[in-house]
Amino acid sequence: MSGPVQADAEVVAVRRAGAYHRLVLLAPAIAGSVRPGHFVALAVGGPASSMLLRRAFSVHRAEERGRSGGTVEVVLAVHGPGTAWLAERRPGDRVDVIGPLGKPFALPREPVACVLVGGGYGAAPLASLAEGLRARGCAVHTVLGAATADRLFGVLEAKRISDSLEVTTDDGSAGRNGIVSDVLPDLLTRTRSEVVYACGPMGMLAEVARIAAAHGAHSQCAVEETMACGIGVCMTCVLPVVGTDGVTRMVRACVDGPVFRGDAVRWADVGTVPTDALGAPVGPLAPVTGGLR
Amino acid sequence: MTAARTATPAGLVPADVDLTTTLAGVGLVSPILTASGCAAAGREIDQFVDVRTLGAVVTKSIMLEPRSGRATPRMAETPSGMLNSIGLQGPGIEHFLKHDVSWLRRRGARVVVSIAGGSVEEYARLAQRLRGAEGIAAIEVNISCPNVEDRGQVFACNRSAAAAVVHAVRRATAPGIPVLAKLSPDVTDLVDIADGCVGAGADGLAMINTLLGMVIDTERMRPVLAGITGGLSGPAIRPVAVRCIWQVHRAMPEVPILGMGGVRTGADVLEMVLAGASAVSIGTVLFNDPSAPTRIAAELRTALAARGVARLADLVGYAHRDPDDRAVVVEELA
Repeated sequence: MSGPVQADAEVVAVRRAGAYHRLVLLAPAIAGSVRPGHFVALAVGGPASSMLLRRAFSVHRAEERGRSGGTVEVVLAVHGPGTAWLAERRPGDRVDVIGPLGKPFALPREPVACVLVGGGYGAAPLASLAEGLRARGCAVHTVLGAATADRLFGVLEAKRISDSLEVTTDDGSAGRNGIVSDVLPDLLTRTRSEVVYACGPMGMLAEVARIAAAHGAHSQCAVEETMACGIGVCMTCVLPVVGTDGVTRMVRACVDGPVFRGDAVRWADVGTVPTDALGAPVGPLAPVTGGLR
Repeated sequence: MTAARTATPAGLVPADVDLTTTLAGVGLVSPILTASGCAAAGREIDQFVDVRTLGAVVTKSIMLEPRSGRATPRMAETPSGMLNSIGLQGPGIEHFLKHDVSWLRRRGARVVVSIAGGSVEEYARLAQRLRGAEGIAAIEVNISCPNVEDRGQVFACNRSAAAAVVHAVRRATAPGIPVLAKLSPDVTDLVDIADGCVGAGADGLAMINTLLGMVIDTERMRPVLAGITGGLSGPAIRPVAVRCIWQVHRAMPEVPILGMGGVRTGADVLEMVLAGASAVSIGTVLFNDPSAPTRIAAELRTALAARGVARLADLVGYAHRDPDDRAVVVEELA
């Protein structure tokens, strides 16, 4: 696979989608090599921006061919001035984009039944993943959850692509009143699914991975870690992951992920450095001092 | 490339401007290096800019043993900058030499190895280990580390501690390999620390390291970083860096300086060279724009051509000279 490309992309469209925005960028050099689970890192605020860090977004759709070439579409929630700037873009504006980044979802070789779980706009990559799975003859069962109805993403698309769809909201404003992990165990049993794909907040992923393991299913979880660069140099997006050698390492979500095997991530230790991680401090670390990059 | 081929009113073609420079005796094809900790060991950045075109890759500070670094969150965006508290995560010197330095050598990049330790002896052992390694152009000594033998006091903040590290590294390093001491701006008298490092054998000075900073999340009402405090970098600190380079170059104009701190454009590189830097490392801008070295070099060529300057090296410390007679201005910086 070819490496990531940095491109000055033209904005094709910005559309509201419930509480979110869908941003479509013309980026032919990137679109052709995107696989479900890949992400892109967008610079915000223009070339002289005071916001230096890129914002990372899972790719919702990449169209290799379009009216004017290849496009990449992401879903964003406005959290602060950077994402607000992106939401305010208009067709013809330019956004600097790097992609495709990270490791995409691994697809099963056999046509097995799969469950796709999306939390909030974490559901963004699931539609194209579902299409890829269906093309391989896999049955696709989707679960989408969010706090409220307007924070669900991709319900109509999921309904079209999936063999079955369940929706949950914390407040009961759409679908079943509850969270995705309420419906997952029964769904796994009923569908005899062998693989669970999940994308969403860490707490949800931890639960999905636990439930999948309890049902003997393999899980592929795409994490949402804050990143500064997205390309593997800044070392800010690390989480504790157990390697095939049994050793826990602080690995970068941007290049070693964002998709991890659910049974390899030490979910309860995310945000910390486990004492048995490779190179973990023996005693408590001294206070941070200047220049400790 | 047409712009680079078009002569400016000063009669110079940007493509013909000579950007080569010399840093502590090492000839560099470009004055633009990647700052330690901002380009890992070059592999990732090589996807966006041919690392052979860089003056050098300054590698992320390496320690003797593998190190996990700190818990997350490790960074926070700040106005025109960022805080980081990575905690020197790295694979340790053996893995680094075997996998990273060898890759950089094969790739044809010049390598400046940044080393970090918790005691004078650790720095000396790192330098000894590097003595047997091939393909290293210089050593940058990251002395902004807590001294475990002195209540965690940072080497860079104390003249004798900084000098002790530099002395030990210089003594353990092959004579032809320059040793650069990387200075912290978080000191009362930077020139005094610089003088101590040069007296201990530093062949050049790298400045500045990050400034110690902190951000509190007003929603959660707690510090943002897991490490509480972190190093501030990015354009927000550039005026501090320019001041530091200016002061040290003024005090010891013969000492080579590798400038850094918030460089984002070709004009920023020029500013540091005018202040006294022979070469410039770029860091945080790589997170924003990983192909920045190419862009910055082009901007620098254009800026020099526009000023009728054929050779960047002629401008090192130029801002210190009197506009009329080009003699060194003698009055002290207020």
